[in-house]
Amino acid sequence: MVSGLLLLALRAAPFPIPHSPFPPQDTTRGKAVYVKWCAGCHGDKGAGDGPAASRMLPRPRDFTGAIYKVRTTASGQLPTDQDVLRSIDEGLPGTAMPAWKDRLSERERRDVLAYLKTFSAFFQDTSQHIVPLTFSKEPGGATSAVALKVGRQFYDSIGCWKCHGKAGRGDGPSAPTLKTDPGEPIFAADLHESWRFRGGAGTADIYRRLRTGLDGTPMPSFSDLIDQKFLTDEQLWRVAQYVRSLSPQRAPEVRDVIHAPRLPGGLPRSPDDSAWARVERYWFPLVGQVIRKPRWFAPAVAGVWVQAVHTADSLALRLEWDDRSESPDTPWLEFERRVLDHVTSDDSVPAPADLWPDGIAVQFPRSIPAGMERPYFLMGTATDPVYQWRWTSMPRQAVAGLARGLSRFDVLGGGSAPGAGARFADGQWRLVLTRALATADTANELQFEAGRAIPVAFFAWDGSNGEHDTRMAVSAWYFLALDQPTPPRVYLSPVVAMAVTLGLGMLVAVRAQRRAGAGGDGGGRSRA
Amino acid sequence: MRKFGSLAAVVAAVLVVALAAWTRQPAGNAQGGATVTGKVKFTGAKPTNPPIDMTEEPKCKAKYTTTPTRETVVVNPNGTLANVFVYVKSGLPASAKYETPKTAVLIDQDGCHYRPHVLGIMVGQTLEIKNSDGILHNIKAKGVKNRPFNISQPTTMTSTRTFSAPEVMVPLECNVHGWMQAYLGVLPHPFYAITGADGSFTIKGLPPGTYTIEAWHEKYATQTATVTIAGTESKTQDFTFAAK
Repeated sequence: MVSGLLLLALRAAPFPIPHSPFPPQDTTRGKAVYVKWCAGCHGDKGAGDGPAASRMLPRPRDFTGAIYKVRTTASGQLPTDQDVLRSIDEGLPGTAMPAWKDRLSERERRDVLAYLKTFSAFFQDTSQHIVPLTFSKEPGGATSAVALKVGRQFYDSIGCWKCHGKAGRGDGPSAPTLKTDPGEPIFAADLHESWRFRGGAGTADIYRRLRTGLDGTPMPSFSDLIDQKFLTDEQLWRVAQYVRSLSPQRAPEVRDVIHAPRLPGGLPRSPDDSAWARVERYWFPLVGQVIRKPRWFAPAVAGVWVQAVHTADSLALRLEWDDRSESPDTPWLEFERRVLDHVTSDDSVPAPADLWPDGIAVQFPRSIPAGMERPYFLMGTATDPVYQWRWTSMPRQAVAGLARGLSRFDVLGGGSAPGAGARFADGQWRLVLTRALATADTANELQFEAGRAIPVAFFAWDGSNGEHDTRMAVSAWYFLALDQPTPPRVYLSPVVAMAVTLGLGMLVAVRAQRRAGAGGDGGGRSRA
Repeated sequence: MRKFGSLAAVVAAVLVVALAAWTRQPAGNAQGGATVTGKVKFTGAKPTNPPIDMTEEPKCKAKYTTTPTRETVVVNPNGTLANVFVYVKSGLPASAKYETPKTAVLIDQDGCHYRPHVLGIMVGQTLEIKNSDGILHNIKAKGVKNRPFNISQPTTMTSTRTFSAPEVMVPLECNVHGWMQAYLGVLPHPFYAITGADGSFTIKGLPPGTYTIEAWHEKYATQTATVTIAGTESKTQDFTFAAK
């Protein structure tokens, strides 16, 4: 009866309830959605402690504290409904949280939002004012040299580099000490991978994170600085524009085939060789090895950039990957300890923190397959091994060998190791691996041939993240294609064709002129 | 009957005034009321605080002649423990309201240390967060009952914040300098004290009643004592923390 009257009263109201832009949310239906889709990670009581949580870094959100990273409100304030919906809709890139907008209906998403707000008393506290900050519009000139220079200047002066590093790869001096509020290790964002930014890759997204901070993490709000006129709002926008400029314009597209052009001259064996600047780069994402025990759910290397070239007799690959530490690196040992403490291990005795080196592996089949059949991508099997180049930072060397599954790697002897040149700078490894296209050991070593699709896969280890052996990041199979040298006829044919066309054309013209001349004499008589 | 009624009114008025008088009593300004005082003793082997490597921050490093250390356990020369937050945990009338002091509580970031290391504040009272170092600090308050905050201070500046709910303690930390930690006790009343260089504390202006007094230490957790006050006396209540 009462609710009926209330309903009537609401219907009679000339305007909808002002602060709620959504239709009424149903926490009962929200709970059903939550239990089905969310509780596995976020836990039955919303404490971020579902069955899958202990293997995740970053951990799933604990809703009981109502502390949210991605908001439009000031640091410490509750998020708006739209803020939380945005994270549900878009997910949090670079974490296990997927985007739900294509998996759940709008109603389901709003109901689940209503339900997860019931996990914290803060949302019932009417003294909490949820007011989005006022954000200005982005000033123009985003990519101009002046704007980026101002942005860089403030990037330095407001201390971004302390955590994010001088070049922005999350390798600043404070980076190894960073923790979330509950004490989990957390990486300072690698600013060269904007497609993994939790709150979005756009300049406006970055600006908002600077204004609001990422609550629950070490990332503070910089709004007080504007209030106190240490820097202007425009200058903070310049910081955002500078940060945006560090990443590619678009998230890198994953392409299946690495094209290795043929170079006329020598092979660029140094990672700093200027020849690499003219070679196409390919991005390959890496994920944790979660198939064979001990599995690894928290890989630090998100992907690898690959370039390839070849000459008449040799091949060079340049691999570039972001890694916050030149392992083994003592300042990161405490960080590694926290990682191992927080990621549930498959081992009966958890692996102790140790000074592991960094590493990368490039994997090929032993021979180019005739059909689509390829060896097992996860380092082959005992009966069908794969040919690999493995490079480590300590000792600083590359070896070639046969992997027969994850647990066995037989190094090939007799000068089979690929050439290797590596540099570490500002949170990034750059490594060039080289080898002759053809070798004597044709049984074990892949013989590279131009014009063929050569399967290739990548593996990476960040030693300072506790990665070694099967605790690693892996890719799927891709292909390497050595572009065939352009045969001379490719260049000759158009010239010949043009000459023939020109010659025939002239012939026709000459004959026509001749005929015109004859016509003047003979009054159009035909010879034929 | 009327006479009795007016007498009752007078008595009630006197009671209300008296109640108002003692409830508005800020600490340290005891006009009447009782005093609880005592020392926080420390027994056992004095632990060594880990040294701090400030190589990354020459400006802070320059402020020290000897290697700076953490302040986890500060044992005074007289064998007492500093940085213990002693406060009235319960026993005050539920209806009592205490005026929020107009003066602010100051925490300074000086030499890449928080000064003071332990501090108290009333609900609604202003906390002034000062950066005397002029290098990047962020200050993060990790309250559970209070909303957290995390603000950046890359220069010499002062920010202010308030706290809305009682909470013992709100940890404060800097993420640029992982060793920088402080603890803030937020209370709805002014009956608290922090032990200093002589390990003593004094809580003044308490009305008669039976109180639970708690002593909080960041490493050795808490100890409680019950103190009953009849008039305006001064009572002694010592605490002892043992090395772990």
